[in-house]
Amino acid sequence: MSLTLLLFLILGVLSIASAIVTISSRNPVVSAMALVLHFFMLSGLYLTLQAQFVAVMQILVYAGAIMVLVVFVIMLLNLGDEKKLSEKWNIRRIVAILFAFVLAIQFISIYITNLPDAAFIPESAAFNGTVQAIGTDLFTNYLVQFEAIAVLLLAAIVGALLLAKRKIT
Amino acid sequence: MINAIPLEYYLGLASIIFLIGTVGVLVRRNAIIVFMSIELMLNSVNLTFVGFSTYLGDTAGQVFVFFVMAVAAAEAAIGLAIVLALFRNKQTIYVDEVNVLKW
Amino acid sequence: MPLELQLSLPLILILILSIKIVMVDAKFGNNKTLGFVTALAGFIVVFISAAFTLTISPEAIASLNAEELYSKGTITYGGFAAYFDMLFCVAAILTILAALPYFQKENSEHNAFYSMMVFAVAGMMLIAHSANLLSLFIGIEIMSISFYVLAGYFRTKEKSIEAALKYFLLGAFATGFLLYGIALIYGATGSLSLPEILTKIAADDFSNTYLTLGIALMLIGLCFKVAAFPFHQWAPDVYTGAPTVVTAFMSTAGKAAALIAFIIVARALFVIDIGQAAEIPDFQTNAIMIIAIISAATMLIGNITALVQKNIKRMLAYSSVAHAGYLLMGIVANSPQGWEGIIFYATAYLFMQIGAFIVLSVLERKTDKNLDLDDYSGISKSHPFLAAIMAIFMFSLAGIPPFAGFFGKFLLFTAAIDAGFTWLTIIAVISSMISVYFYIGLIVYMYFRKSNTYPLEADMGSAKVTLIISTACVVILGIFPSLIINLINNFF
Repeated sequence: MSLTLLLFLILGVLSIASAIVTISSRNPVVSAMALVLHFFMLSGLYLTLQAQFVAVMQILVYAGAIMVLVVFVIMLLNLGDEKKLSEKWNIRRIVAILFAFVLAIQFISIYITNLPDAAFIPESAAFNGTVQAIGTDLFTNYLVQFEAIAVLLLAAIVGALLLAKRKIT
Repeated sequence: MINAIPLEYYLGLASIIFLIGTVGVLVRRNAIIVFMSIELMLNSVNLTFVGFSTYLGDTAGQVFVFFVMAVAAAEAAIGLAIVLALFRNKQTIYVDEVNVLKW
Repeated sequence: MPLELQLSLPLILILILSIKIVMVDAKFGNNKTLGFVTALAGFIVVFISAAFTLTISPEAIASLNAEELYSKGTITYGGFAAYFDMLFCVAAILTILAALPYFQKENSEHNAFYSMMVFAVAGMMLIAHSANLLSLFIGIEIMSISFYVLAGYFRTKEKSIEAALKYFLLGAFATGFLLYGIALIYGATGSLSLPEILTKIAADDFSNTYLTLGIALMLIGLCFKVAAFPFHQWAPDVYTGAPTVVTAFMSTAGKAAALIAFIIVARALFVIDIGQAAEIPDFQTNAIMIIAIISAATMLIGNITALVQKNIKRMLAYSSVAHAGYLLMGIVANSPQGWEGIIFYATAYLFMQIGAFIVLSVLERKTDKNLDLDDYSGISKSHPFLAAIMAIFMFSLAGIPPFAGFFGKFLLFTAAIDAGFTWLTIIAVISSMISVYFYIGLIVYMYFRKSNTYPLEADMGSAKVTLIISTACVVILGIFPSLIINLINNFF
């Protein structure tokens, strides 16, 4: 077993475990912390894929910004443990979950049946993950989208301020 | 570079995380945890993108991940603002207690 | 001016407008009408610039070399994109004209509403212009995020914020599916650019399993955005809970934007069988059959559920679900004829549905009152103008000639028959007949019932302009459909 495979297995198992804790914990703070752990594990997985820039952004944006916001709101609302974990079960919900499982089994079986003996990563992959490669792509090929994301963030700022305001002016 | 891990390992892992996220959205009643489950789903997509990007030797997938992160941040801001506004109105964030409109 | 700058003028102008309007709000927040005036003037300017780009010849646009452009071929110019720019601007203008008196009546603040409208239109325009899955995704997200906020615009009212929460959670959930689909399509073809994906598929150079899965997941995401069965559950709740003017905008322009996304994706993924000798891949036959079933189920469920509604806003919400089903028939047809049918029907639907919702918003009091069928009894005596135009919108929604809705349905039905989906057309006709019952039912209430003891007040203000414009368009498009048909004929 190669070192990369060992690393993949450790990170993969931990990321699945932390994801399960996230959705099954009664205490929202525990969920949030498990999610932060999950993000760190994913960041490690990105490193095994030679995507350095994405790995760093993962920690900065998700763990550093989004989860801080989530934990802040949990603290602000002063939420306790949930007594009842899930909603009432009805037919539609059960069907939806069964459907999700069927989908997942299909996915996994497709991946397993297609498993090749040897994998091949192109030489260019190591360079593609660097800030230089992504920056060049971002400011040439995807310039318009980069501008558009500014509108998205502006909309989010204005919208969040509007919704969180207390009184009607 | 022969002897790397097959891409399908990453895709399989991503689909398992995606499923966990989906189940979280469908089952949990706390709006914030539902939101975190959605983040799980988006992250599994990011893993898929990076996996494809590396194995195709193409940067576009990683650029897309960058944009997904920006969108996730914007959604976090809006979503939590909505949860706050809901809590001010109804003192609850449990989605099954929010039922003025028929679900 | 270089040609690319001329062509991207609508996009640039809406970007400038979106910054301008936030600044106006920040600087003159106390002025109740300045935001309105800025938004109105801005939308008119964008409309004119889009109309200007429509006059540039398609040959000149085709001669542009994608590599030399700033957009690097990630954006389509002219043609149907420009047409939809105009359509979205018209929808926004009609909505904000009606929003001014509505918000005065509800004692709400104004300015942030206009900002969010501008953002939503910017997102929709980006969808219409996208030639790349990344642009498409960002456009859909800008639009959705603006809609989440707009749905919860009356944040102190339970119903509105609840609509926002539902819309947000389910919308973000659907975004996950859409994204996963995009990721798998990217993996299958190795490209995000839609023209490149089309060449790869035509050359049979793709991974079949990933592409099939990707299309299935993307279909789930897109069906959610157009509110098609079985992902339509959110639509009636959100449309009922949101402020009425917002519903008018979301259920028309938002649906048109989601459908243009559908058309753009379908054009890249599906091979057209007319004229092209290339054999049709298996995944395409299956995907189109699934869309046909979704379309049939959507129109039946939408119309049957609308039958039992007592609340008119909710009834119109369900009818808007049904209309998504009719519109999907154009995708099923998978031919230029079908796409033209979608564009025509989306245009007609936009005017009639905005008109109907604005009539509701004029008569409504304090968000909840005066929305039931009983409240509209004998309204033709007290408000003959409103009753008459509401009747026109209902006739048009039911697809009765000579109004615009009839020709839209006619174009879609013939396109579906030409593509060999006669059974779908039969279901569509049956569900149209079902829908006549509740549309005409409202007219019966308005004209043939005894008046209520409590008279409804109606102070229209600038909403009158909206109503007159949309009535005029519904009638004119019904009598002279060739006006639009000649315009959209050369888009595909």
